[in-house]
Amino acid sequence: MDKNSNAYTFIFAIAMVIVVAVALSFTATSLQPMQAENVRQEKMQNILSTFTGDSIIVEGEKVELTRAVASKVYENYVTEELALSNSGKPKEEDAFKISLAKQLTLDESEQTFPLYVANYQGKTYYVVPLRGSGLWDAIWGYVALEDDVNTIKGVVFDHKGETAGLGAEITTDWFQERFVNEKIYNDSGQVVGVEVKKGYSGGDNKSDNAVDAISGATITGDGVSKMMEERLKNYKAYFEKIKKSGKVAIR
Amino acid sequence: MEGKEPKEISKTDKKKEMIMFLSSSEEKEHFLSKANRKILSDPLNDNNPITVQVLGICSALAITVQLKPAIVMSLAVVFVMAFSNVIISILRNSIPSRIRIIVQLVVVATMVILVDQILKAFAYDVSKQLSIFIGLIITNCIIMGRLEAFALGNGVYKSFLDGIGNAAGYGLILIVVAFFRELFGSGKLLGYEVLGHKGLTMADSTGLYALGYENNGFFLLSPMALIVVGIVIWVQRSRNRKLIEEN
Repeated sequence: MDKNSNAYTFIFAIAMVIVVAVALSFTATSLQPMQAENVRQEKMQNILSTFTGDSIIVEGEKVELTRAVASKVYENYVTEELALSNSGKPKEEDAFKISLAKQLTLDESEQTFPLYVANYQGKTYYVVPLRGSGLWDAIWGYVALEDDVNTIKGVVFDHKGETAGLGAEITTDWFQERFVNEKIYNDSGQVVGVEVKKGYSGGDNKSDNAVDAISGATITGDGVSKMMEERLKNYKAYFEKIKKSGKVAIR
Repeated sequence: MEGKEPKEISKTDKKKEMIMFLSSSEEKEHFLSKANRKILSDPLNDNNPITVQVLGICSALAITVQLKPAIVMSLAVVFVMAFSNVIISILRNSIPSRIRIIVQLVVVATMVILVDQILKAFAYDVSKQLSIFIGLIITNCIIMGRLEAFALGNGVYKSFLDGIGNAAGYGLILIVVAFFRELFGSGKLLGYEVLGHKGLTMADSTGLYALGYENNGFFLLSPMALIVVGIVIWVQRSRNRKLIEEN
C-alpha cells in the first residue's frame, strides 16, 4: 500500500488512536483501585499528622506515621466524622467522602463541610480540612485545633502545582511549624484564621493571627491566608456551639 | 542427482555462515563500536541539547530551584526519551510522513501518561513530587527534536542510545544549574543545610550564617537560571575549542 496515500494515513491514524486508547484505559482502570487506596491513605495520614506530627504513638511505641500506619490506626484516634452545614447543623452524610472542591462550587446554603474530631493522648482535637487556590492551581490542607477551638495544634498543606522551591515550600515542616500555637480568633472574637504576612516582624508572637511569609511566594502565601480565613469561617457556628457546651470548662 | 546434493548443502551452509558472520559482527557493533559510544557521549558535551543546541531551556528554568526535583525530572526524561525513541524507531518505516509529528506527539504523551499512572499506583510519593513536571516532559522540545532528527532515520538500538545520551546531557546541565541555585539561593543541597543553620538572628545561626553570610534570593528566580546556563556555556566553550565559531 502506498504510504503517502490518504487511505493509508487514515488507517494508520485510526489504528494508532485505538491502540493508544486501549493501552491507556487498560492501565488507568487496572491501576485505579491502587491509586484510590493511596489517596485515601494519604488523607488519613494528613488528618492524623496535624495533631501527631511525623511520628505517632501506637500502643506506647513511637512509630513513623507512614500511609500504611495511618490507615491502620486512623479509626482508633478519629472518634467522630461530622458533616456540617454552614449554620453548624450536623447532616447525615459520610464526612470522609465529602469532596471539598465540589462543595465550594455549590450555593452557600447547600454546602456541607466535614469536621474530624480526634482523641489523641487524652486530648480532643478538631481537624478542619482546607481548600483554596495558590498561584497556579489548587492548594489544600488540614488544620488541627485544640479543644478551645482557637489554638492551632498543627497544620498540613499541600498543593497541585506551585513553583518548586518557592510556593511549593508551603509543604515543608519549617513553614508549617510557624502555625503551631497561633490563634484563629482575633481579639474582637472574629474568626480570621492566620495571615501569611510579608515582612512579618512579630517574631514568636502567637496571638497576632499572623506568621512570616516565604520570600518569592507572595501569591501562594496570600492563597494560604485566604483559604484559612474562608474555610474556618464556615465552621464558626459550630465552634460557638462547642464553646457554649462547656467542653472548654471541663478542661 | 546424488552428486548434486552435497553441493547444495555446502552452498546453504556458506549462506548460513555468512548470515552468522554478519549478525555477529552487527551484534559486536551494538555494544562496543566507536560510533555507538559517540551517539551516547556526544550529547553530554560536543552536542549538548541545552548548552550547544539551546533546546529545553524552558524546563531548565522552571525546575532548577532545587536539586531533588531536577534529579527526578532528569530520570523521568531519560525513561521517556529512551522509550519513545525506541517506539518511533520501530515504527519508522510505517509512519506516514504527513502525520509523523502527530504520531510522535501521541507516542510521547502516551509514555508520559503511562509513567504517571504507574508511579501513582506503585510509587505515590515520587509521583507527587513529579506532578507538575509530567506536563513539562510532554512539552520538552528535545524529545520531539530527537524523534524527528534521529529515531525516524535510525535503527532501534542506536535510537535507544541516542535517547539515553540526550536525556543524560539535558539532565547533566539541569543538575549542575540546580546545584548552584539551591546552594546559593537557599544554602541547602538536597534539602540539607550544608552552609549551616540560619536562625532568626546571627547569634542563633551556625556555620557561615554565624559569620554574617546571607542567602542570595536572586538565585531562586528564573532569570538566574538563564545566567547560570550562560556561565556553564562560557566554561564549556573555553574548555572545548571545537565549539567556538570561526568568526
